[in-house]
Amino acid sequence: MNNTVLYILLGLLVFSALLSALIKNTMKAVIALAAASVILTVIMFLMGAPLAAVFELSVAAGLITAIFASTISLTDNPEADQEPGKNKKRMSRYIYLPIIIVIVAGIIFIMKPGLDFTSVTSATKDTVQNTIWHVRNLDIAGQILVILAGVFGVVILFKERSKN
Amino acid sequence: MLTVIFLIVVLLYIIGFYYLITTRNLIRILIALEVLTKGITLTLIYVGKVTGQMATAQSMAITLIIIEVVVLAVAAGIIVNIFNHTDSLDVREIFRKNK
Repeated sequence: MNNTVLYILLGLLVFSALLSALIKNTMKAVIALAAASVILTVIMFLMGAPLAAVFELSVAAGLITAIFASTISLTDNPEADQEPGKNKKRMSRYIYLPIIIVIVAGIIFIMKPGLDFTSVTSATKDTVQNTIWHVRNLDIAGQILVILAGVFGVVILFKERSKN
Repeated sequence: MLTVIFLIVVLLYIIGFYYLITTRNLIRILIALEVLTKGITLTLIYVGKVTGQMATAQSMAITLIIIEVVVLAVAAGIIVNIFNHTDSLDVREIFRKNK
């Protein structure tokens, strides 16, 4: 039962990712991407990763969608999407996608990559809190630096320039 | 089960890469990067589950999500600035205007 739900959710994830590529309207594509994030959150919950799932839901499905929406509204160019024949041209680019998928599937079928991860490591019973604060505590410093770099980057990008 | 997840991840990578290569709209390039990141997050969590190292996998997934949102915020700022200067989001048109 649990596996069936997981398979359905995985199918929906691929479908919404594909939808975000194929939809003409950029705003609707962003909504499809947010739907993919929500589906990924549920998958992560089912796999037993609730903390990362909450992050995915609040940041990837919430904040990133808000950033995309504000970017689209700031760069609104209504004439761009309404050029005749543009959508047809755009859709024609995706003709080769199924062919590439079939080729890659064939390569995977022939090569049969080893997927036995269980032999690589043994299971640990560490909690997420312990891992984040004691085992991978340098990651926290890296995250803080990345966030600071992002904040300074955005501040510099939107800084008012002097007239001369 | 493992094979199904592997196929789904490969499918997400193919969709993301193909989308990244074929699109010319700057915002859609960011959406393609997001699709690729979804595949990577799924890989991290599933490998964590299979190896029994879910704590490490979750901490890495959280780091990935934070990096993802920072990259997106800065890229969105750059896109808005490019649009203000060139009045276009089409990569080829921007290149033509700046030539």
